[in-house]
Amino acid sequence: MSDAVTLHFDVDGENFTSAGEASVQVKKTLRQMGFPPDVIRRVSIAMYEGEINMVIHAGGGKADVTVDSDKIHIVLADKGPGIADIELAMQEGYSTAKDNIRSLGFGAGMGLPNMKRYSDHMQVESAVGKGTTITMDIYLS
Amino acid sequence: MTVEALADKLSLTTLCMPEGDREIEGGYCGDLLSWVMSRAKSGDAWVTIMTNINVVAVASLTDCACVILAESAEVEPAVVEKAKSQGVNLFVSEKDSFILCAQIGALLS
Repeated sequence: MSDAVTLHFDVDGENFTSAGEASVQVKKTLRQMGFPPDVIRRVSIAMYEGEINMVIHAGGGKADVTVDSDKIHIVLADKGPGIADIELAMQEGYSTAKDNIRSLGFGAGMGLPNMKRYSDHMQVESAVGKGTTITMDIYLS
Repeated sequence: MTVEALADKLSLTTLCMPEGDREIEGGYCGDLLSWVMSRAKSGDAWVTIMTNINVVAVASLTDCACVILAESAEVEPAVVEKAKSQGVNLFVSEKDSFILCAQIGALLS
C-alpha cells in the first residue's frame, strides 16, 4: 500500500488568465499515475469549476487534492463573500456572475451543478462574509 | 481522420498544431465554457467563437482533439502560446460554426 499523494495550490484571484492551472496540473499528475480517463475527466471538471468559482467570486483561495487508495479527495477553500443561499446556488442556471465574466463564457450557472454531477460526494460549507469551503470525493472503484 | 487531415480538408488556418496526428472521434460546438466543459468529449473537434485563454484550459481538460475558432475570431498571441505549451491544436476559419460543423459531420460520417 503506497502513501497518499497530496497536492496543494494557491489559486490566484487576481489573474483570470491563469485560472485553470491547478486543474491542468492535477490532470497531468493523475495521468502520470495511470488513472483511467473517466476518473481524470471527472476530477478535472469538478476541480476546474471550483477553481474558476474561486477566481470569479472569492478573489482566489486554496486547493488541496489528496490521492488515496480508494478515492480522490478535493478541498477548495476561500475567504470570499460566502454563499447566502446554497440551495439556490446549486440550481442549474442560477448565477451571480457579472457581465464581464459572462462575456468570457462563464457565469452560466453551471459551476456548482457540474461539481455535484462529476463528484460522488460533495459538501458545501459557507458563511456570508467569511468564505466557502467545498469538499468533493471521487471514488476509485 | 487525423487533426492534420481535417485541417487540410477544411482549409483551416493553423495557429498551432503540436499534436497533428491525433485522431478526431467526434465534434462539439459551443461557447459557454462551463457547458462545453461538461459535455465535450475526448477526441472531439470543438468549434467555438470564444478566444480567451480559458478556451485552452477547457480544451486541455476535456482532452479535445482540436479547437477551431469560427468566423475569423481574433485571438491574442498569448493564447496561441498557451495552446502550444499544453499540446492543444488550435485553428481558425472564416466559416461560421454551422458550416464548419456540417462539414466536419460530413467528413466523419
